[in-house]
Amino acid sequence: MKTQASITAPAPTRARPERSRGWRSDDSVLRLLGIAAFAFVLLLPFINASPYTISIMTTALIYVMLALGLNVVVGYAGLLDLGYIAFFAVGAYTSGILTTHFGWSMVFAVPGVIVACIIAGIVIGGPTLRLRSDYLAIVTLGFGEIIRLTANNLEITGGPSGIHGIPSWQLFGWDLADGVTIAGIFFNGKVVFYYFVAVIVGLVGVVALGRLARGKMGRAWKAVRDDEDAAEAMGINTYVTKITAYIIGAVWAGLAGQLMGTHLTAISPNSFLFLYSALILMAVVLGGMGSVPGVIIGALFVSLAPEFLREFAEWRFLLFGVLLVVTMIFRPTGIWPATAVLPWSKDKHVDEDVDEVEQDSAPETRDEAELNEGEDTGGDLLARREGENR
Amino acid sequence: MSQIIINGLFVGSFYALIALGYSMVYGIIKLLNFAHGDVYMIGAFVGFVLLTSFGGLAAAATIPTLVLLVLVAMIFTGLLGVTVERVAYRPLRSSPRLAVLITAVGMSFTLEYAVRQIFGPSPKAYPVRVSGGSVEFIGARISTAQLVLMALAALLMVVLAFYVNRTREGRAMRAIALDPAASTLMGINVNRVISRVFFIGSALAGAAGVMAGAYYGSIDFLMGFVIGIKAFTAAVIGGIGNLYGAMLGGLTLGLLESFGTAWLGGEWRDVFSFACLIIFLSFKPTGILGARVVERM
Repeated sequence: MKTQASITAPAPTRARPERSRGWRSDDSVLRLLGIAAFAFVLLLPFINASPYTISIMTTALIYVMLALGLNVVVGYAGLLDLGYIAFFAVGAYTSGILTTHFGWSMVFAVPGVIVACIIAGIVIGGPTLRLRSDYLAIVTLGFGEIIRLTANNLEITGGPSGIHGIPSWQLFGWDLADGVTIAGIFFNGKVVFYYFVAVIVGLVGVVALGRLARGKMGRAWKAVRDDEDAAEAMGINTYVTKITAYIIGAVWAGLAGQLMGTHLTAISPNSFLFLYSALILMAVVLGGMGSVPGVIIGALFVSLAPEFLREFAEWRFLLFGVLLVVTMIFRPTGIWPATAVLPWSKDKHVDEDVDEVEQDSAPETRDEAELNEGEDTGGDLLARREGENR
Repeated sequence: MSQIIINGLFVGSFYALIALGYSMVYGIIKLLNFAHGDVYMIGAFVGFVLLTSFGGLAAAATIPTLVLLVLVAMIFTGLLGVTVERVAYRPLRSSPRLAVLITAVGMSFTLEYAVRQIFGPSPKAYPVRVSGGSVEFIGARISTAQLVLMALAALLMVVLAFYVNRTREGRAMRAIALDPAASTLMGINVNRVISRVFFIGSALAGAAGVMAGAYYGSIDFLMGFVIGIKAFTAAVIGGIGNLYGAMLGGLTLGLLESFGTAWLGGEWRDVFSFACLIIFLSFKPTGILGARVVERM
């Protein structure tokens, strides 16, 4: 005898607010802003193509990339990683060694970087993600130092002087460093590389990581962040969820490291001090944990502020430290909170709430009617279900 | 061999002093105080300022001078610890754990770079170096300075153990570590006791800072960073939240590190200690003396 699925999820007690549509809605305004920002990034070399501008903008984009990766770990999954720069170092050194010592091309070094970062992520995350979140913080702090000191001590990483002469990317036999001429305009190697980084950050970083965060995995991350016990009770494997976030963050940082290696053409252990891990963390926290636009603003601020305010460069670390404390006390959601709502849709949201309250009576009466019906036929719900099954 | 053990015990007694502060704070409010290593650094700088501003002190580089310096630095860093708790941690006591951890990182950064802005980035030579004769002890050379510093560390730990186990205030601390809400109901002023714990923990770190400055002869604004992680390692090895665990963990880490250095070479010393931390967390996260905690997030 075929038994029907007798347990059905209860109907929502109140209707979901309809998604706002039109170009003024939150989603489309954000999308337009994103496209405008990306267009600005692409047009920048036409405004000012001095090597200095291109160089600091490439560095800033790599910072944005790192901050987006750390945002997955800290912002979405709520894991405090204080040695994030270590994965950056793993990526930079792995690609540096593979290309300079073994003569691999940059493109073929990408899988090597990914594998190295996954291994590093499992070694660090594996044992510590089972424990309380504070342990992860301090272990990652220690791990950052381990990577830096190991790079400093080993022969193959070039010791304190590091690795020099890291080659550029070659795609289908065309070297990015050679530049390219499109429609009569010559783009030199630096500008081409800048575009390359911009496309990776824009398409993969903002769009793909953003979609990942809205999908099933991303919702699981946020659930674990907000309440681990409740998430586990809902059937989420919290350990797997956390380690996935950690590894995705690690791989992303490793790829950023590979780009940084190409950008600077030389890396040394001093590029991977704890200071930089803290800077990336500041970018994420100041901008707004879990908020993509906020994190981008934070990363741009952290990386470009010393360039614009030369005299302030000395004081910036002290200022960043104070800002971190002040932000956490007075505005823990950051400059651009993840739950930010546009000013004009804020009024609309309130209106919708009011509407809902007015409409609330309708679904409730329906529920009650159903309940009463159940009581009439079977006394209590369980008895009624059993009756149906027979 | 015995030289390695003596060195390990000596370094371990520093670690133990700092680990005590970590462990006490963690035991009572479950907060990893990242700024703790920087309090140690500030202790060293307080001693430095005292020595350079009162020239007579450095000239009379005797054991009583050192003890006096340690006392002044302890009071200063103790008050600093209380201030840090009051300003940065207390407003966030009911916030999510991540917020408090980030604040602690920010506090650590603030202290480090405030000192850098005042004293500059280059290392400072400590005006007083406790040197003097050395004694032979079962085949190992140990200087009187080392003996005095170890004795001082041991004395501080004995006083602390007495304070926590035998006095009324110590009982209040242990009560809060067990259950802060119930302690409030029993009439304990929780905020005051937490301030006191921060005072004691930071004072111990400050004492270690002066001793380290006087022994190694050079201090800089980042000296607290690595030792902070190591003190945490020591606290984890011993069992975090446990007083004797921190002492035992400090000595154990000192010995491990001493043997590790002899075996792998000095440049691998920190890597070895941090690897010990990861191994301990993987296999025995409760530490040697720590009780099994079934607590979650």
